[in-house]
Amino acid sequence: MNEVQPTLAPPAPTARRPAAAWALVPLALLLLLLPLLEGAPLVGVLASPFQRIQLTYGLIFGIAALGFNLLLGYTGLLSFGHSAFFGGAAYTVGFLVRYLGVTTMELWLAASVAATVLLAAVFGLVTVRYTRIFFSILMLALSQVLWALALKFFWITNGTDGLRIPTPGLLGGLVRTEDKLAFLATTYYYYVLLIFVAAVGLLWVLTHSPFGYALQAIRDNEVRARFVGIPVRRYRYLAFVVSGGVTGLAGALWAPLNGLVTPDILYWPFSGRIVFMAVLGGFKSFAGPIVGGVAYNYLETYVIKTTQYWQGLLGVILVALVLVMPQGIIGALGWVRRRAREAA
Amino acid sequence: MALLQTQGLRKRFGALAAVDGVDFRVEPQEFLSLIGSNGAGKTTLVNLISGLLPPDEGRILFQERDITHLPVQSRIRAGIARSFQLVNLFDQLSALDNVRLAIFVREGTIRRGLALADRDRAVQEEAFRVLRDFGLEGKWRTPAADLAQGERKLLDVAVAYALRPTLIFLDEPTSGVGTREKGAIMDIVAGVVRELGLAAVIVEHDMDIVFRYSDRIVVMHQGRILADGAPEAIRTDPRVAETLLGHA
Repeated sequence: MNEVQPTLAPPAPTARRPAAAWALVPLALLLLLLPLLEGAPLVGVLASPFQRIQLTYGLIFGIAALGFNLLLGYTGLLSFGHSAFFGGAAYTVGFLVRYLGVTTMELWLAASVAATVLLAAVFGLVTVRYTRIFFSILMLALSQVLWALALKFFWITNGTDGLRIPTPGLLGGLVRTEDKLAFLATTYYYYVLLIFVAAVGLLWVLTHSPFGYALQAIRDNEVRARFVGIPVRRYRYLAFVVSGGVTGLAGALWAPLNGLVTPDILYWPFSGRIVFMAVLGGFKSFAGPIVGGVAYNYLETYVIKTTQYWQGLLGVILVALVLVMPQGIIGALGWVRRRAREAA
Repeated sequence: MALLQTQGLRKRFGALAAVDGVDFRVEPQEFLSLIGSNGAGKTTLVNLISGLLPPDEGRILFQERDITHLPVQSRIRAGIARSFQLVNLFDQLSALDNVRLAIFVREGTIRRGLALADRDRAVQEEAFRVLRDFGLEGKWRTPAADLAQGERKLLDVAVAYALRPTLIFLDEPTSGVGTREKGAIMDIVAGVVRELGLAAVIVEHDMDIVFRYSDRIVVMHQGRILADGAPEAIRTDPRVAETLLGHA
């Protein structure tokens, strides 16, 4: 077994870079130039202010689902309560406006992420002791406590009327725009795009780091992970806190875009939507939740227009999805590509 | 000085004393087989020593240090590793990543969350060498779930081995594979163990393998140690023949 095998050199990591990486270049260009392409052929449809705002929602949902998927796809924990982090961050923004008169975006982001990290740090003390359905149910229960608080303490939260979120000043107040539509469709679009790229980059590194592999090991086989020497519960806890923080970041970005924060954002159907996004895009791939977040937003926007029973229709779509493409959009694309290659 | 020693180790499951006052020892660098019929307490003993189960009574000393109540992680750091009877791998990860994980843990770099794993060329190369030692280098990118049973057995041992233990427990390293493959697996495993001077304890049912590779054999029966000695002595021991080999 110790024969010399000179032909076999260790693999170069660069050789593993997927071809899909190159597809990102035109995509990045498109996103960057989108506001300039209004009225252009083909992509012009996507470039109107309305569509840019839709895309901004999509990118934000992408961040939220990506944070969620650090738990589902990488650590093997299905959270049915991520509305707590998304909504918790949005309410943090609401409180900053209502009680402290803060309208600077960076302060909103910093405070919201800090608040959700803290919230996750507290929730995590209880939740990561459990896995599988027990974890899911516990997250559902805890998130619904927050929802009930937002609903019942109406003198603080303004109840179902919610909290208004004004147009914020960006970069510490240097950039302020009066025209709300222009602000959201252009300035804020770029702002969210920038944070989106940063968040995706951060999570990409995290999931491809030794720590990221440790999470996947825990997902695949908890007993063996222990017997390789991985501190299973501590790592689950860390993943939980990061996941909450990232989804919180998305919630903070969402608040000024929506302009209003109501208890709906803390209610369990919103947690279900985040799950839907990850499954729609494909929770087994890194990019799946991003694609899912963007796609889900379009789906909801256009399905709502077709029928008042849109929730039922979304449900049917979800069932069909799980049956026909269990790996989501990313999985289906991979399947199509393999088929095309075989046919060629 | 014994590498590992247990004193009066006891574990009950209800009324059954699975391990019933066992004084067991492992010497440095020896290849020891733990044999006995089903239910004799072999796997329970391994589970107690590796930390999967807490003992009811008794002590476990490793390099003269009391590890009876140490958590699994600390035992691994002290130098005890194990593989599993029913293969336990990270199924969605590649063979290379299964091994890499163990190396990251051993080096203390597993906690790094902001460094790309692929950038650590030293770990990558070591993982590759480990795979080569176990004859798995051609399957480095195959997910563990897609490997053949024999390869999975080897990878299970390779992961434990990558932790660079001084004592390695192999719980039925050849169960569930064909007779022809068993010899090949054991040649690889025994070769690696001897080359590095590890102490190895294998739990095994195949007597050909046991007598061929062991320096010493410990026979368990109903939770106790029935016999302990060199392969020749065990082969001719009438008690062993009666309780074990007679049925084989």
